[in-house]
Amino acid sequence: MRIELLNKYFKMDQLPHIWCPGCGNGIALGAAVEAIDNSTMDKDKICIVSGIGCSSRASGYLNFDSLHTTHGRAIAFATGIKLANPELNVIVITGDGDCTAIGGNHLIHGCRRNIDINVLVFNNNIYGMTGGQYSPTTPRNARTSTSRQGTVERQFDICKLSENAGATYVARGTVFHYKHLIGLIEGAFKNKGFSIVEILTPCPIQFGRRNKTPEPADMMRLLKNSTSFSDDGKTKIGVFRDEKEPEFVSEYIKLLSNEGDISV
Amino acid sequence: MGEMGESKPIAIHRDWCKGCGLCSAFCPRGVLVLNLGKVEIQNSENCIGCGLCERICPDYVIYLGRDIYG
Amino acid sequence: MGEALLMQGNEACVRGAIRAGMRFFAGYPITPSTEIAELASLMLPKYNGKFIQMEDEISSMAAVIGASLCGLKAMTATSGPGFSLKQENIGYASMTEIPCVVVDVMRGGPSTGLPTCVSQGDVMQSRWGTHGDHPVIVIAPSTVKDIYYMTIKAFNYSERYRIPVILLLDEVNAHMRESVVIENDVEIWDRKRPLTRENHKPYAADEDGVPPMGEFGKGYRFHVTGLVHDETGHPTNSSEEAEKLIRRLHYKLEKSRDDIVIYEKFKTERCRTLIIAFGSVARVCKDVICQINDDSIGLFIPYTIWPFPDKELLSLIQKNRIERIYVPELNTGQMILEVQRIVFGRCEVLGINKYSGELITPTEIIKCLRRG
Repeated sequence: MRIELLNKYFKMDQLPHIWCPGCGNGIALGAAVEAIDNSTMDKDKICIVSGIGCSSRASGYLNFDSLHTTHGRAIAFATGIKLANPELNVIVITGDGDCTAIGGNHLIHGCRRNIDINVLVFNNNIYGMTGGQYSPTTPRNARTSTSRQGTVERQFDICKLSENAGATYVARGTVFHYKHLIGLIEGAFKNKGFSIVEILTPCPIQFGRRNKTPEPADMMRLLKNSTSFSDDGKTKIGVFRDEKEPEFVSEYIKLLSNEGDISV
Repeated sequence: MGEMGESKPIAIHRDWCKGCGLCSAFCPRGVLVLNLGKVEIQNSENCIGCGLCERICPDYVIYLGRDIYG
Repeated sequence: MGEALLMQGNEACVRGAIRAGMRFFAGYPITPSTEIAELASLMLPKYNGKFIQMEDEISSMAAVIGASLCGLKAMTATSGPGFSLKQENIGYASMTEIPCVVVDVMRGGPSTGLPTCVSQGDVMQSRWGTHGDHPVIVIAPSTVKDIYYMTIKAFNYSERYRIPVILLLDEVNAHMRESVVIENDVEIWDRKRPLTRENHKPYAADEDGVPPMGEFGKGYRFHVTGLVHDETGHPTNSSEEAEKLIRRLHYKLEKSRDDIVIYEKFKTERCRTLIIAFGSVARVCKDVICQINDDSIGLFIPYTIWPFPDKELLSLIQKNRIERIYVPELNTGQMILEVQRIVFGRCEVLGINKYSGELITPTEIIKCLRRG
């Protein structure tokens, strides 16, 4: 993280952050800050909303208006914020469990409304904060503290899910592909509609140690080797959808007027 | 914050280092090493200033550039 | 004296809310509260206000809190099962001190219960529905006119004390139509604003225990979390800070308790027997008192059922040397527990309970009184 950005956008008295050694959340947050810095958004009109979980602690580290909400509900809170004050640039920081399990309903309805909020999902394939239970994005057969013999359930593909639910900007990146990731997040900010960037990020402590990759560097190499910019069977990274469609708040405010009687 | 010498193009804020080893594993020139669980600059003359360490450090410990305290 | 309008209880709630300054409503359809959402969706845009139908009650509550943080007076309305779903985020609003009004139109429960029938089964849920120690204000109007004016009060309290206020209606008064005189002068309170943006400490309270509230997007750049936090708004594990915060959350209501409680004494001058009732049952009891025309029986109506007007009730009991109290309610006995706590054995306390989904009738109550 560039020191000038650190000083400019972080609450230095809240650092160092709580994330474990080798956790990629710090890198993902760094990329988000770089994208914010590259954007033309008024920094007083930025609002960070997060849910509960490791990734959601990000909101408290940034020097913006920030809201650390309840588990799974970040997008719902963000919807209220954006509709109440359409001037705000609303950025949701959430995790795979927060966003797709307990918050799955709010995710798909945010996508459906195409409300102009930017969702950054730090996907580490595990519930880290509670000690490593399987999440909706844990790969099949991966071992977790609630699937010690290997996860039997199938995975969500967050990008496909969001795309089919109606999100107008959908992308996937990794914390290893840092500059690429910054570009993806900038793309999300540019889209006037529901944007989601799935950020693949390693959890060496809760995921890696149970799955033969306890070393952060090994997890990072795995991220590099298991992803690809093209359709070659690996996990694809890049932009999957970037289209313009009617956005909820701008459509809604067309209905507003001042014709109400003062004495109701 | 951190140690900064004339010849070092990078600075580190060692207090924040959690010793994950990502910087030392990915530094192409072996400039960064772990010592007693925290990062240290060892061969600063080899540094080519690529900035990979700055980007990959999840704990915001490593900074590129010379004028950071100026 | 203003204009008199015939309106439904749920309608009175929306009109009162808009009069109080409500400019945001998020909700989810549920009987018997749905008319509130329907009318809010129609009326709010005419006042430059926003309405959104969310995907469930949980997100409705969340959206309301988000909107309130942006400076809009915000409300949601629900019933029974939906009220249960809102509880976690009601606790969040308590902890983060974000003003909002939550309407619960009580219907028969538990579970889906009797969706179209009246009940008063949420007395305890309205007080203790969310987990953890938390202060709360619950207002239970009796008539349609009460609903209009007490919705305004609910907003006033919520804004002044930075607390979620629960407005407890029931299927009967929510669906009843009555005439309401719309007064020209109504007191409207707004939340306190910080005097400056410099070194803004979002949770540094004034003497009254209430911190002035900034809003998002105005350059305060503050953090809000449901975790235990210090004056800066950031999470802390300090046991000292935790205790300080929880103590203050309760203190701000205790300090203003006398300004908050609302109650009515009806023909209690010489009574030795007292009926205590709230909501639509209170109006049935008024009818009872008028019918029996016996000044030995009086009626006490708590409008704020939380905090309960305990001091006021106790002083009435002592002054009149009350011998017996009847507590009719549409449940198996919830408010009676609070009455028993206050009475503390000083006199007899008897419940009159009905939970069939129908409103209790004056005849039924009179029968109980005569039985002795």
